[in-house]
Amino acid sequence: MSYAPTIPASAESLAPTKIRVRDLRISYDTRVAVRDVNLDVPEHAVTAFIGPSGCGKSTILRCFDRMNDLIPGASVHGSIVLDGEEINAPGVQPVELRRKVGLVFQKPNPFPMSIYENVAYGPRRHGVSSRAALDEVVETSLRRAAIWDEVKDEYRRKNALSLSGGQQQRLCIARMLATGPEVILMDEPCSALDPIATLRIEQLITELKTQYTILIVTHNMQQAARVSDRTAFFTLGDDRAGYLVEEGPTRMIFTDPANRLTEDYVAGRFG
Amino acid sequence: MESDIATEMAAVRPERVVLAPGIDVARRVTGAAATVVVLLVGLLLAFIAWNGIALFRHSGVPILEVFAPVWQPDPTSGETTYGLLPFILGTLGVVSVAAALAAPLSLGLALFMAEVAPPWARRVMQPAMEVFVGIPSVVYGWLGLTVLVPFLAANGKWAGFTSGFSWFAGSLVLALMILPTVSSVAYDSFRAVPPDLRTASLALGTTRWQTIRHLLLPASGAGIVTAIVLGMMRAAGEALAVQMVIGNRPLIPRSLFQPVTTLTAQITLDMGNTVAGETWNEALWTMGLVLVTMSFAAVVLVRLLTRRAGPR
Repeated sequence: MSYAPTIPASAESLAPTKIRVRDLRISYDTRVAVRDVNLDVPEHAVTAFIGPSGCGKSTILRCFDRMNDLIPGASVHGSIVLDGEEINAPGVQPVELRRKVGLVFQKPNPFPMSIYENVAYGPRRHGVSSRAALDEVVETSLRRAAIWDEVKDEYRRKNALSLSGGQQQRLCIARMLATGPEVILMDEPCSALDPIATLRIEQLITELKTQYTILIVTHNMQQAARVSDRTAFFTLGDDRAGYLVEEGPTRMIFTDPANRLTEDYVAGRFG
Repeated sequence: MESDIATEMAAVRPERVVLAPGIDVARRVTGAAATVVVLLVGLLLAFIAWNGIALFRHSGVPILEVFAPVWQPDPTSGETTYGLLPFILGTLGVVSVAAALAAPLSLGLALFMAEVAPPWARRVMQPAMEVFVGIPSVVYGWLGLTVLVPFLAANGKWAGFTSGFSWFAGSLVLALMILPTVSSVAYDSFRAVPPDLRTASLALGTTRWQTIRHLLLPASGAGIVTAIVLGMMRAAGEALAVQMVIGNRPLIPRSLFQPVTTLTAQITLDMGNTVAGETWNEALWTMGLVLVTMSFAAVVLVRLLTRRAGPR
């Protein structure tokens, strides 16, 4: 397995913490789904969440923009601090938080409207109404999501649903970037895509991390090794609740993990 | 492949198999059913069309006389004029006002059920709406006749009601009748919007109302129009309840508060007074043909709208 860490190990430890997670526990009604998660997510780096199915990776990811609020019966305990602020504090508006923390879904889900309207959707709802400002944010976002060259001739008219799966996913990334996030959550963003489209998204992730803090859930360990700077390995405990086994620089997790479970998982011996 | 299965089945249950391998019974039975239905609809339309043009073909009434504003079909009371304009305008007017009254309420109800109501409320409301659809129209008419019309007569003088029998009464009763139809079709079109689009919208930091207003309503636009048009079709076809409250005056509708009439109301009203083959009776067939043409136009409209809605 080959991979190239983009930040030297010394720089990783110097990056300021963007998100600090302490004693996170998530339950659905009375059942504990995730417990004992302690994690520091560094700024402007890619952190990958790996682990077997059902260990709660996506559930944890969705705590960071409080999308779990939408699930009846879900409750979150413990502390998640983003830029020094507790995101579950009573005064925090999820609507505001979700502008700052964007989410990319497993399956591309563009709206049934033009490419332009898809990207302009967020800014419009947040009060941008001038034509010039919208044009600019749409073009910038499409460029950042590396889809501009493919759609620039017809993005005002063309329906987003007529794009290919990979293009749709990059459009969804552009749509999310248009709301001006600082953190990007990606929930298995390539699992519905072919290898070429996957490669493009991975390249894009590497470009985006210079400006954004990225967390990515992936089932694909090569992908975690290729794109991430740090990796967190989760698994399912005997109590059927997911927990964080260990977290560290990706190279370390893949070559010299501290925990036997991690070693077995990355070596493909279970999961 | 099919013949393989047939052979296998023959091996399992030899006493049942009398057909040669390769004969697809299910296909023949369903095909025959479909053919019969298509044939029936075709014959029905041809029959209505043939009788509908008898007024011009047999009695020699000029086609354009249909658009005259005066309805005087009784040869015993002077010169006859078979103007259907009062009925056509009456139907259009009564149906439009009914749709205008029902649409906002229905869409609100559909939105509530699709987006806001907790699951238990949905479980209660959906069957309730089905019961609502199942109430016979004569019950609506009876309620209109015994409650609404006297109420309007007693309390509506200031607005211009005289007897209470009126365009408005007809539209209100129809609005109530089509409410569940419009609601359930609109509800289905809201539910047809994939849930992950709502999640995507909310993840962009929009409120629930913004998601409804700017994603859900545009995405189900064709479905909403379909719901309203279907409701209007049901309203245009309703005879009994309307006839009971509308006053049945064959006059060009001018005021919401005065009696008018509709194509369906006039057909049911006059049916008993006429004999097959007389011109008056032929004029009723022509009304039927006009009604069928109107619903055909509505069906075409719905088809066009749903086709334009695109891949979803």
